[in-house]
Amino acid sequence: MAAVAEAADGARDMALMEICGTHTVSLFRSGVKSLMPPNVRLISGPGCPVCVTSCGYLDAACELAARKDVIVATYGDMVRVPGRAGSLESARGQGAAVEVIYSARDAVKLARENPSRNVVFLAVGFETTTPATAAAVLEAEAVALENFFILPGHKVLLPALEALLSAGDVPIDGFLCPGHVSVILGAAAYEPIVKKYRRPCVVVGFEPANMLEGIGLLVRQVAAGVAKVENAYGVAVSEGGNAAARRMIEQVFAPAATEWRAMGSIPASGLALRGPYSRFDARAKFGVEFGPDYEPPGCRCGEVIQGKLEPTKCALFAVKCSPTAPVGPCMVSSEGTCAAWYKYNLPRQGR
Amino acid sequence: MPQSPDSSDQRPADRVVLAHGGGGELTRRLLAERIIPKLANDLLAPLADSAVIDAPPGKLCMTTDAFVVQPLEFAGGDIGRLAVCGTVNDLVVMGAKPLALSLALVLEEGLGLDLLDRVMDSIAAAAAEAGVVIATGDTKVVERRGADGMTVTTAGIGSLPADMPPDATTIAAGDAVIVSGLLAEHGLAVMSARKGLGIRTTLASDVAPLGGLVEAMLASGGRVKFMRDPTRGGLAGLLADLSEQLARNIELDEQALPISPAARHASELLGLDPLTIANEGKVVAVVAASDAEKVLAACRAHPLGAAAAIVGRIGETSDWPLVELLTCAGGRRIVQRPYGEELPRIC
Ligand code: SF4
Repeated sequence: MAAVAEAADGARDMALMEICGTHTVSLFRSGVKSLMPPNVRLISGPGCPVCVTSCGYLDAACELAARKDVIVATYGDMVRVPGRAGSLESARGQGAAVEVIYSARDAVKLARENPSRNVVFLAVGFETTTPATAAAVLEAEAVALENFFILPGHKVLLPALEALLSAGDVPIDGFLCPGHVSVILGAAAYEPIVKKYRRPCVVVGFEPANMLEGIGLLVRQVAAGVAKVENAYGVAVSEGGNAAARRMIEQVFAPAATEWRAMGSIPASGLALRGPYSRFDARAKFGVEFGPDYEPPGCRCGEVIQGKLEPTKCALFAVKCSPTAPVGPCMVSSEGTCAAWYKYNLPRQGR
Repeated sequence: MPQSPDSSDQRPADRVVLAHGGGGELTRRLLAERIIPKLANDLLAPLADSAVIDAPPGKLCMTTDAFVVQPLEFAGGDIGRLAVCGTVNDLVVMGAKPLALSLALVLEEGLGLDLLDRVMDSIAAAAAEAGVVIATGDTKVVERRGADGMTVTTAGIGSLPADMPPDATTIAAGDAVIVSGLLAEHGLAVMSARKGLGIRTTLASDVAPLGGLVEAMLASGGRVKFMRDPTRGGLAGLLADLSEQLARNIELDEQALPISPAARHASELLGLDPLTIANEGKVVAVVAASDAEKVLAACRAHPLGAAAAIVGRIGETSDWPLVELLTCAGGRRIVQRPYGEELPRIC
């Protein structure tokens, strides 16, 4: 802690973005957030996989779940996110087959165990979950599985950061880069951000001491007016990352424009199945499409995930929107910024 | 891995069928061969419609709990042990001495009889360990998928000494919060036994009857003002309730929390807060500040309390009572009760 206070002493006011939801939660849970000096503000970024998923995607998932011949296999966090026609949870209440799984492999297994049904895996998440999806597709291909599909919704982290920064006047002074994504990407992946946008990037793990160390490095850079990549999580993250995992992603997926919640379509920020694997795309198989994105009325998740709005400034926060009755994905996901604020900070403001 | 009710390759004769619940010969045999002999005791023996129990002087405590758990068997326990210990511990933390339990089984058609045998053995063993008898019971069979293989409901009565239950109204600022053992072990063991979670762990449930431990704590002579077992909702849920009930803040020291490295690691992998994970075989006590070390020592001297620790203290009264955690990193954060089932995160 001393390192952060020392580095921040006399420095200007700064806003540091923790990109990913795991950091948002860890910073709150460990109390690190409560230790920030007054001139250092931590803001959350677009790194919660559920929160950035567009409503159009969710509606397509619900449409698939409503089909009698389909089992939707999904990570648990997605189940309660409300879309236009309710959530997957409410679809399940009406008889839809929605299975919560913990890895993409389980979806392949589910397809094998249910040869008479089609299993559609909701493939969402960043570079942490993408390799598992790629492996699942390759496995399904290897055993010529006919009833396994994915609804492609994976996101690529860096183009989203670029989209945030290229909007011009953005009050982000530096990035706390997520350890688990960086294991795959490698620390060097952040060089373009540093060069082009002159924002320091520090790769950080999730241990309190490591987060404090990383924040200290970031504050020091901002205070000194420099911008470079630093790696505070060298035990797990190398310069070059995990090339084998990236090759597997590249074998199965090609970069494609994709819709982000409230951020619109961002070029090359998503992943489409390459030609040889396109038969696994549930959209083509079942004739569903991703409709246009929209936000639940009054919900400002779009601004929250871009670090433009603190959850407490949303008029619905803790009034109409809470973890038991969530309006937007940021309140649903265990890694959502609104949920984290509600859980770890709300009562301090006197409910 | 323990089997789910329909995964092992048994012949139909080795499974529960609907006719087992029909009240005829199959029912008689199921009870006479597989259930009653394991529970044998004087109160049950007459097999009357109700058990007749000598009433002790003073007050009685009564409680009931329904148990559903998947999988039915997990490292360190099973649904039977859970059902006995859960009800016994609800009595014990009131300061009561358990006298008798009832046992209602709802079996799903297709349940393996060998699994039923194991669960019955485990019920008998846990009851013996807790020094309590199953005085009465009932068994029903439902169609496949009607229940999760089996559900077990127990009720219990216990006799309450005159100076019990502990009086929470005497709780004052500075009183110590003691946890009797490692947190989150049970919840994580069950979660990791669930199919598909894909975490490998050495964690085992530590579900156990707490009579002896609580007796030792009370016998230490320290003023114990409150006891409860932190099951569903974890320590977070229990303390959030208590702080609301007392209208007092409660402060916890993260450093002092008894959490094993394996549990810490598993909760990190799953993105879960160990404070909100279910426990079994644990008691949380609030003890007068000056007696805290005495009660703690008594706790630690008992085999089930070896990892006991003073984890926090009761604070001042407040209109907005809060449970706050002083973190290892030196920060503070609020501890709330979990909102529902905490789901493992995506990445
Ligand atoms: S508080 Fe609720 S409604 Fe407001 S932005 Fe967050 S999730 Fe959306």
